[in-house]
Amino acid sequence: MGLHVLKRLAAAIPVLIGLSVIVFLIMAMIPGDPATAILGAYATPENVAALNRDLGLDQPPPRRYLIWLGNILHGDLGRSYALNRPVLDEVLERFQATLVLAGTALVLASLLGLLAGVVSAARQFGWTDRAVTFAVLIGISTPSFFLGLLLILVFAVRLRWFPASGMYAIYGGGDLKDLAWHLVLPALTLAVVATGVIARLTRTAMLEVLRQDYIRTARAKGLRERRVIRVHAFRAALVPVIPVIGIQAGFVLGGAVYVETVFQWPGIGSMLVNAIATRDILLAQGGVLVVAAAYVLFNLAADIAQTLIDPRLR
Amino acid sequence: MRMILAAVASAVLSALAAAAPALAQTPPNVLVVGQIAEPKSLDPHAATASNDFRILVNLYDGLVRYRPGTLEVEPALAESWEISDDAKTYTFHLRDGVTFHDGSAFDAEAVKFNFDRMLREDHPYHDTGPFPLAFFFSSVAEVTVVDPLTVQFRLSEPYAPLLSNLAYPTGLIVSPAAVKEYGKDFGRHPSGTGPFRFEEWQANNRVVVSRNEDYWDGAPKLEAAIFRPITDANTRLAEMMSGGLDVMVEVPPDGLAQFRDDPNVKVYEQAGPHLWFLILNTKEGPFASKAARQAVNYAVDKQGLVANVLQGTADVAAGPIPPAFAFAHDPGVEPYPHDPEKAKALLAEAGYDGSEVTFYVADGGSGMLDPVAMGTAIQADLKAVGMPAKIETYEWNTFLGKVNGGLEGQADMAEMAWMTNDPDTLPYLALRSEAMPAEGGFNSGYYSNPEVDRLLAEARRATDQEARGALYRQVDRIVHDDAPWLFVANWKQSAVTSAAVEGFALEPSFFLLLHDVSKP
Repeated sequence: MGLHVLKRLAAAIPVLIGLSVIVFLIMAMIPGDPATAILGAYATPENVAALNRDLGLDQPPPRRYLIWLGNILHGDLGRSYALNRPVLDEVLERFQATLVLAGTALVLASLLGLLAGVVSAARQFGWTDRAVTFAVLIGISTPSFFLGLLLILVFAVRLRWFPASGMYAIYGGGDLKDLAWHLVLPALTLAVVATGVIARLTRTAMLEVLRQDYIRTARAKGLRERRVIRVHAFRAALVPVIPVIGIQAGFVLGGAVYVETVFQWPGIGSMLVNAIATRDILLAQGGVLVVAAAYVLFNLAADIAQTLIDPRLR
Repeated sequence: MRMILAAVASAVLSALAAAAPALAQTPPNVLVVGQIAEPKSLDPHAATASNDFRILVNLYDGLVRYRPGTLEVEPALAESWEISDDAKTYTFHLRDGVTFHDGSAFDAEAVKFNFDRMLREDHPYHDTGPFPLAFFFSSVAEVTVVDPLTVQFRLSEPYAPLLSNLAYPTGLIVSPAAVKEYGKDFGRHPSGTGPFRFEEWQANNRVVVSRNEDYWDGAPKLEAAIFRPITDANTRLAEMMSGGLDVMVEVPPDGLAQFRDDPNVKVYEQAGPHLWFLILNTKEGPFASKAARQAVNYAVDKQGLVANVLQGTADVAAGPIPPAFAFAHDPGVEPYPHDPEKAKALLAEAGYDGSEVTFYVADGGSGMLDPVAMGTAIQADLKAVGMPAKIETYEWNTFLGKVNGGLEGQADMAEMAWMTNDPDTLPYLALRSEAMPAEGGFNSGYYSNPEVDRLLAEARRATDQEARGALYRQVDRIVHDDAPWLFVANWKQSAVTSAAVEGFALEPSFFLLLHDVSKP
């Protein structure tokens, strides 16, 4: 088991290096450079050249990449051109915020999704199943930025139950309660699609398991239906669902970009959008690297969880 | 299963109930300002965006500042100044007894430190940059300390916009002691002499500034101001409507229409030194002919654009000098009226054969308003006078790269917008014969008129405001008639405040000055 984890971690390193090369190449190839983005209307060739020299961008790209890679080995991700602060500080701060949001959304999606899927399967073709399936399809097909704005309009502007944006109150606040209160709308928005996917999959997996012989045996033994579903069927159905939750973790991280923008959540998604728009190469690279590493880790975690539940995979 | 459901539901409900009661309201005299983005730096010499300027002008002072409601300078940290007869030496007499927020004294040495840091590569703190807009002062050859309260700027050539540039955020004076202490991180630990002192910058959440009780021009009324970055325009609107903001700037046109009928808010508008125009390629294609250039100026319904696409957030532009520069704009220069018949006649006179023109449109960008919708509307107006235009849309940075290189061989027209602080800037950088793209200028349409060149050069030597103004008024008239651009709009800055906010005003400089604002 430990060896397996180590192997998987080692395999992630070439993936991350490859990713960093791709991001570097893309940032180097898209037209416009940081100096032009910073100077805007004042970007004369002369001013651009001077600023590029100050930013160390007058070196050829391969050399810049190697310098960057070398610095990373020393734990230095460089300094953001646009924000004037170390990339690592910004990325870690932002990533924490994203983890709080995406983590809450994923837990929410897993709980609601599994629940909906199991209920739906247990009452196949009944009204509960139809209602759940209908709600799930609506959830999967609603774009999250639209849903986010809708929730803001209803719960923040009209009802004033929840704040419209931000992670903490702007005046006072700052404690866990304040955070939870700010989390409700964005976490719900972000959870909706993943909930739908998990619910659909759980339903299918449950239905399959419920047709198995051992379930018939369990029922024939005279076990109550509730116990059959909870103990015998649910655990077996979890096996194919767990890796999907791992993949959903990746999608939730990706989907956070929209939700963070709509709710002004100070996460890494909105940071990356800004970094690319302002051609803040080092910040974009640092951000992508961290997100990619997290994605790899989530999938690994899902793998391990699956192995723990299903002894056959060991 | 039902039990689990019930448990989850009750847990969620009780969590919400526990959290719900405290909808945080800001106390009196603390003003929450909705910004469009996180500031990049609170070092005025490193900052380039008007979003940052809104905070900076409240933390720092310059030697001079714009008189409220105008773009003309008045004394600030300098009480008076003299300009030598050859217009190359400016001597400033500084205000006595001013201290920076960190307690260090403001004097002539501090002024010299500020400009040397920006301009001299051998200065020990030059590496605390980069200073992208330092070229505003590229004509400054040397800054000398005459005595503790007198400082002299020697210029390499006459440069009349110097005073106006000193009033711009790039000319604000920072504390040398703080720069020495924080080095590259000064931008996150700002210290100036302004009406507000810096309290805290919580990344991506808020910047807090508080009242400077010792301000030389009288302490401000507000206790504190909080700047919040909210990048999404719809979210910014929602925050304003839900009471999370006291002031909101850069209101989207749709939102402004909605706020006009709302008794809970006040709407402010102020035309600024901004020009939205189309660069016409005067070197080749149909727009090499002046008649054709005038024709498109008649063909486009600017009033309709401003009223429908921009929903009243801009005025129709007349010429190259925005009316916000009151002393330099010729009130006799009127916008080209919308006259499709005259446009057709002029196109016929120009011998235009109805061939397709290429039209570069930006997808966004600073000061570009609603470039795609405007581009489409202009395309329709041109079609109506028999000129088919093919639109090519580019992402803003890509767009700048293509257009700044010059339109030759690529396009016949391109959208562009400039916001400046002196009537010199735009024509000098974008309309002179010596400002062609090949020479590093912005004259992407290759306009050339020796008379305009002469007037612009002379205006740089004129230190008397009235004499300068007269020269720019001539430029305004000639360029309006030559029509190297299609003049479209002057953007009006907009802001809304909650009804409780008093003493708020927008400036033509687009700065957000909070000194006289209160929220009892």
